[in-house]
Amino acid sequence: MIAGPGALHRYGLLGMNRRNGDFIQKYNPRRLYPLVDNKLLTKQLAVRAGIAVPKLYAVVEIQHQVRDLLELIGDEEDFVIKPAQGSGGKGVLVVTGRARDRFRLSSGNVLTIAEVSHHVSNILSGMHSLGGKPDIAMIEYRVKFDRLFEKLSYRGVPDIRMIVFRGVPVAAMVRLPTRMSDGKANLHQGAVGVGVDLVTGTTVSGVWRDKIVDHHPDTGSPLAGTVIPHWDRLCELGARCYDLVGLGYLGCDIVLDRDLGPLVLELNARPGLNIQLADGEGLLAKLRPIEALQEVPSSPEERAALGRLLARK
Amino acid sequence: MKDLQVRTLALVLSAIGLSLCLYKTTALGLPLSPTEKTEVWTVEARLSFKGKNTPAKVEFYIPRNPPGFALLGEDFVSSNYGSSTEDNGENRVSMWAVRKASGQQVLYYRALLHQESEPPAAWTAPQPPYPDKPDYPEPYKSAVNSLLEAVRGHSADIASFTRELIKTLNGVGGDESVQLIRGTTESKDEFVAKIVDILAGARIPARIVYGLKLSDGVREASLQPWLEVHDENQWMAFDPMTGKLGYPAHFLVWRVGNDPLVRVKGGEPAVVDFSIASDIRAVVSVAETRARLKGSRILEYSLFGLPIGTQNVYKILLTIPLGAFLVVFMRNVIGFHTFGTFMPVLIALAFRETQLVSGLVLFSLIVALGLSIRFYFETLHLLAVPRVAAVLIIVVILMAAVTLLTHKLGFQGGLSVALFPMVVLAMTIERMSVVWEENGARDALQQGAGSLVVASLAYVLMSTKQLTYLLFVFPELLLVVLAATLLLGRYTGYRLSEFWRFRAVLFADRRLR
Repeated sequence: MIAGPGALHRYGLLGMNRRNGDFIQKYNPRRLYPLVDNKLLTKQLAVRAGIAVPKLYAVVEIQHQVRDLLELIGDEEDFVIKPAQGSGGKGVLVVTGRARDRFRLSSGNVLTIAEVSHHVSNILSGMHSLGGKPDIAMIEYRVKFDRLFEKLSYRGVPDIRMIVFRGVPVAAMVRLPTRMSDGKANLHQGAVGVGVDLVTGTTVSGVWRDKIVDHHPDTGSPLAGTVIPHWDRLCELGARCYDLVGLGYLGCDIVLDRDLGPLVLELNARPGLNIQLADGEGLLAKLRPIEALQEVPSSPEERAALGRLLARK
Repeated sequence: MKDLQVRTLALVLSAIGLSLCLYKTTALGLPLSPTEKTEVWTVEARLSFKGKNTPAKVEFYIPRNPPGFALLGEDFVSSNYGSSTEDNGENRVSMWAVRKASGQQVLYYRALLHQESEPPAAWTAPQPPYPDKPDYPEPYKSAVNSLLEAVRGHSADIASFTRELIKTLNGVGGDESVQLIRGTTESKDEFVAKIVDILAGARIPARIVYGLKLSDGVREASLQPWLEVHDENQWMAFDPMTGKLGYPAHFLVWRVGNDPLVRVKGGEPAVVDFSIASDIRAVVSVAETRARLKGSRILEYSLFGLPIGTQNVYKILLTIPLGAFLVVFMRNVIGFHTFGTFMPVLIALAFRETQLVSGLVLFSLIVALGLSIRFYFETLHLLAVPRVAAVLIIVVILMAAVTLLTHKLGFQGGLSVALFPMVVLAMTIERMSVVWEENGARDALQQGAGSLVVASLAYVLMSTKQLTYLLFVFPELLLVVLAATLLLGRYTGYRLSEFWRFRAVLFADRRLR
């Protein structure tokens, strides 16, 4: 089972080195990183541009505020606490219900306010941020996910990861939390990645822990064949995220809320390569034609259409 | 565009590094391998004479740029004499002087020489003045003329003329003129002087040189005469007995000309004895001394000029780039993940002291113990910085405990645990526990093992004698390491691990498409 270098190339697979050297270094100017590395900043930008995001309830900026955490949370029954500069879903606490000062997490665990406060303190001290920088904690709306993925998902919020290159959507996958990923939608934490056909918005087979799977490991439901509604709008949303931050090689995480529709959860300047496993197609082969374009259309709608056109075979 | 820039830069850097290295190996003779040894000759001349209770002055010829040899050093040993040297362009003279010399006087001249090559048979030199035709007395004059006439008929140029002349003069029997010329010549000195004289008859510049055939352990040796002839471009050496071109092996030219080797004013004539010894030395030190004598600027800035303690520090420091390069290679070409990018390099440095196996055991032991305590800390809900500080303190305590315990049990290896970089250990434990919490034990152990593999490889690489030697003697090779690192910095090909990572795409039976 040894494949020569030609094999990876034949599938147009994008390797880590090429992603870093030829795409991230080239298309993502470093000065723009803070716009996506700091989720609070991304959220503010999105709100200004009229892109729907989960509502921000409160921000904890200094240790002193942790004492007043209960007041900051107010009456919210369910919410999400996350570090503004976390990466890979680290430090995200999803609270699905509460009884006074005891909080039930999406995993089923119950935490006291002291434990939640400790978690917030950890966020502030930089435990979950890149390079251990002091951080701030965001308390925001917990997405009530669309019934569409209900059967497919084990707790947590499934999201849609879209790779947008020069503003053109090139690939997408649905990330389904599993028991192993503890409600988180990150593939390396054990979530299932399900490739989405960019043309039709239909799911194809998925990947779980580096293996191709046809069924969800926890729920047993078949992964393929789900049609994501309003797929064209989702593609446009992804394309608009490019205008938001200007990063040429961008990962957009979008969630489908039951009531609010698609919401942009966060943006990523260094999106992972696992999406290639999810849809079984090499990214490089999709990026090259767009890289060769002299100019890409300026309107997000045209770019979304272009992306779907290029995906057609 | 960027690729071109990086490649050009890498090319220029490695060209500079390699050409400097090449210059040092070829011109200065620095060897590429640490084990190379070379023969160094010590030649000692012992001058003894009787003083006359008056002021004494001694003049003694000493070697001046002997062909094929490099003079590494000389000593003029004389109890109460003042000494100086003089160079007349052809020879060097050592002069000793003393206010009052009485009784037996002994002076020593000692030279340390390195033979770079066999002395050349011929070497370019400007044309010396043509000698005047000597006014030989008769019947010697006619004999010389007829001999020169005969030899000229058998030769094409100065070299063959000389050879023919020597052969004829040395030949058994020979005609009347040869016998007349040979006459009563007894010593070899006289014989060579006679050849010079006859060559002057043909207006060919020639001279007598004296030298020593070097061989180890020779005592009471004396200088041997040899013949040199100039053919308008170069001096050529001839064996005065056979006419063969060149010097014998290990022949050290001591002086040129037929003046007395030693002159003593205010004393009896001196007796000169030569003794010769050879010993083996590291080529590096020879090359270094020689380059210094040649006045080479490059070696003035060599690391050999530093105090020994600092030298030893640099011997280690200069290998760090190798470790860094290995980390880059393992990460970007193979696809290894380690805790902290350069943590393995620091661990590898510690392994130098602890040795590999005991280093691995100690490292794993401390990390495992630290990790279990760190897991306990997790339940105390400490803030991040105090928690890391607590882990650091625990690491120091653990190190002290391990050292004490192994010392009590009599294992020497345990003592070197103190050389592990504590902060690196503490950070490793901290990061490992975070990865353990967030991504599970498998990831944490995998990365931990990856770190140790890379650290072990870095240790092997960084403690390879040949490489440490090369980098210390030729630090310019770091430019080559830098060039390679820059090239890898633009390597956008696949990582080896990606063949495994993407295997699902490559080999899956995708029924759906």
